[in-house]
Amino acid sequence: MNAILKTSPPRPGAEAVAAKGWLAAHKWLILRRCSQLGILLLFLVGPWFSLWIVKGNLNFSYTLSFLPLADPYVILQSLAARQVPEKLALIGAAIVLLFYLLVGGRAYCSWVCPVNLLTDFAYWLRVRLGIKGSAHISRPTRYWMLGMTLVAAAVSGSIAWEMLNPVSMLHRGLLFGLGLAWAVLLAVFLFDLFVMRHGWCGHLCPVGAFYSLVGKLSVLRVRLPARAACNDCMDCFAVCPEPQVIRPALKAIAGTPPMILEANCTNCGRCIDVCSKDVFAFGTRFNATVAPVTGVPQAAPK
Amino acid sequence: MDNENKPSAAARRQFLADTARMACGVGLLGLGLGLYARHARALPPAAIRPPGALPEAEFSAACIRCGMCVRDCPFDILHLAKPEEPMSTGTPYFVARQLPCEMCEDIPCVKACPTGALDHSLKDINKSKMGLAVLVDHETCLNFLGLRCDICYRVCPVIDKAITLDPQSNARTGRHTLFIPTVHSEHCTGCGKCEKACPTEVAAIKVLPLYMAKGQLSSHYRLGWVEKEKAGGSLVAPEVQHQYNMPEGMQYEHGKGLSGSSGAVPPAPTPAAPAALPKALQGSKL
Ligand code: SF4
Ligand code: SF4
Ligand code: SF4
Ligand code: SF4
Ligand code: SF4
Repeated sequence: MNAILKTSPPRPGAEAVAAKGWLAAHKWLILRRCSQLGILLLFLVGPWFSLWIVKGNLNFSYTLSFLPLADPYVILQSLAARQVPEKLALIGAAIVLLFYLLVGGRAYCSWVCPVNLLTDFAYWLRVRLGIKGSAHISRPTRYWMLGMTLVAAAVSGSIAWEMLNPVSMLHRGLLFGLGLAWAVLLAVFLFDLFVMRHGWCGHLCPVGAFYSLVGKLSVLRVRLPARAACNDCMDCFAVCPEPQVIRPALKAIAGTPPMILEANCTNCGRCIDVCSKDVFAFGTRFNATVAPVTGVPQAAPK
Repeated sequence: MDNENKPSAAARRQFLADTARMACGVGLLGLGLGLYARHARALPPAAIRPPGALPEAEFSAACIRCGMCVRDCPFDILHLAKPEEPMSTGTPYFVARQLPCEMCEDIPCVKACPTGALDHSLKDINKSKMGLAVLVDHETCLNFLGLRCDICYRVCPVIDKAITLDPQSNARTGRHTLFIPTVHSEHCTGCGKCEKACPTEVAAIKVLPLYMAKGQLSSHYRLGWVEKEKAGGSLVAPEVQHQYNMPEGMQYEHGKGLSGSSGAVPPAPTPAAPAALPKALQGSKL
């Protein structure tokens, strides 16, 4: 393993590992995997050990018979199909909406969604196997998908997207029985592995597209307090699942403050991990006016 | 900014082509999805929705496939549909022949539903309409064959209301009675206990979704006897007394038959006998 690593060109993050140590260079990645697996486990101990901490699935769950959580996107589809849910589901959706308004819309993708484990694995394998070439589908296609699912709900009068949605296929499948859902998941995996880099999560998934809309306004942001220290190693671009979100903030394009404001940043924190110059850090979207000031002293010692 | 838009002609064409391609692709996917979803709205006959489920067309829009009902069913009868099953993926159902609904008094499945896809206004489980039991096979039902199986009747939680045993003469033997299990839609909840308990290899009585099981009279039909009862009397003009044209000395009275006023005519039959005979036969007795 190490031999391979040494002979191949340095992998993104190698510099950061050298500068900060392995653990610090993987901090957010590890936390993120713990979160994804932990949440999955909380759901699974119910059916596995009859330990009902959380009941339901990602569409609606009830934690300790106290905290209702509902996926606002599935509620939106239900509304599009002209059904108004009862209060509990609406409260659950409101809580989730507020939560992601705080922590970043697509934080759902990198910290909760089980499909992300699958697509991240496909990407990891893709890099390992040196699979080059990628089909071209533009990233905004996901918003068309989002619109399509809502139109399909309205026209068919049912939550049509649930018939295909890989996110609920996987999550519901693990909890209530997979059936042939594995075929849908395998298709997503193979698509990401062979056909398109970051294909599903980065271009097509309407769930991610929905949460990115929440992310337009969300509070928690990746900030770039030290963007002047960037040495153009490009490691952040290499690891970011949505690399297009970094450039405006990093290169101050069109006066962008040192903060990733693009809705599709998943707040995965991987850029923070792999940057040997500690350009990135989590922060809030407020005190944006203070940001240039923090940027100045960083630039000065250079 | 403007300069960036300069090489537009070709780029814009490319952009438009890309957009069109994408829109078509997504549109096609949407079309397929919509058709698939519509198709799946026809619930297969063996799949019965939990108590209080909205009518199918509304249910597939209201149910968010969360499985809370499945989790809170103490008898674990409910499943969420898997993608290969011919109904809306992720929606709850049960198969009566495997495990019927136990008709819990507090209806935990309905209480657990966060969306109202299982209607919270259902408070009395006896009022639920999950489906309707139908004695589908008159050839194999043991009671139809003249035996006294009666199991579907005995297990019914709404016994004597939802299901009764209606006596009919056994034409095969000519002297026995068939006790025909008869389901009354007004009271049957569709719990499926009868179907589960039917001892034949394949159940002769089955719970079907209401839309399949229940017929409907044309709206202009009236049941004469019902109308008469409602009106408290005959609705047509007063019945005219029929005039019989009889030989002299004879008279005919409806229900009693012929009788004569003179001793030469045979006496009228004893009152007991005609009561046991169909009316149509009473005349020919003479
Ligand atoms: S884009 Fe979709 S599948 Fe990917 S992580 Fe986000 S919600 Fe999950
Ligand atoms: S910018 Fe950073 S936090 Fe945002 S998605 Fe990319 S790697 Fe993750
Ligand atoms: S009434 Fe009871 S047995 Fe029937 S589906 Fe509901 S919880 Fe289950
Ligand atoms: S609890 Fe309600 S919304 Fe959830 S699966 Fe059951 S019927 Fe559907
Ligand atoms: S389904 Fe069968 S057992 Fe249940 S109420 Fe109807 S007749 Fe009775």
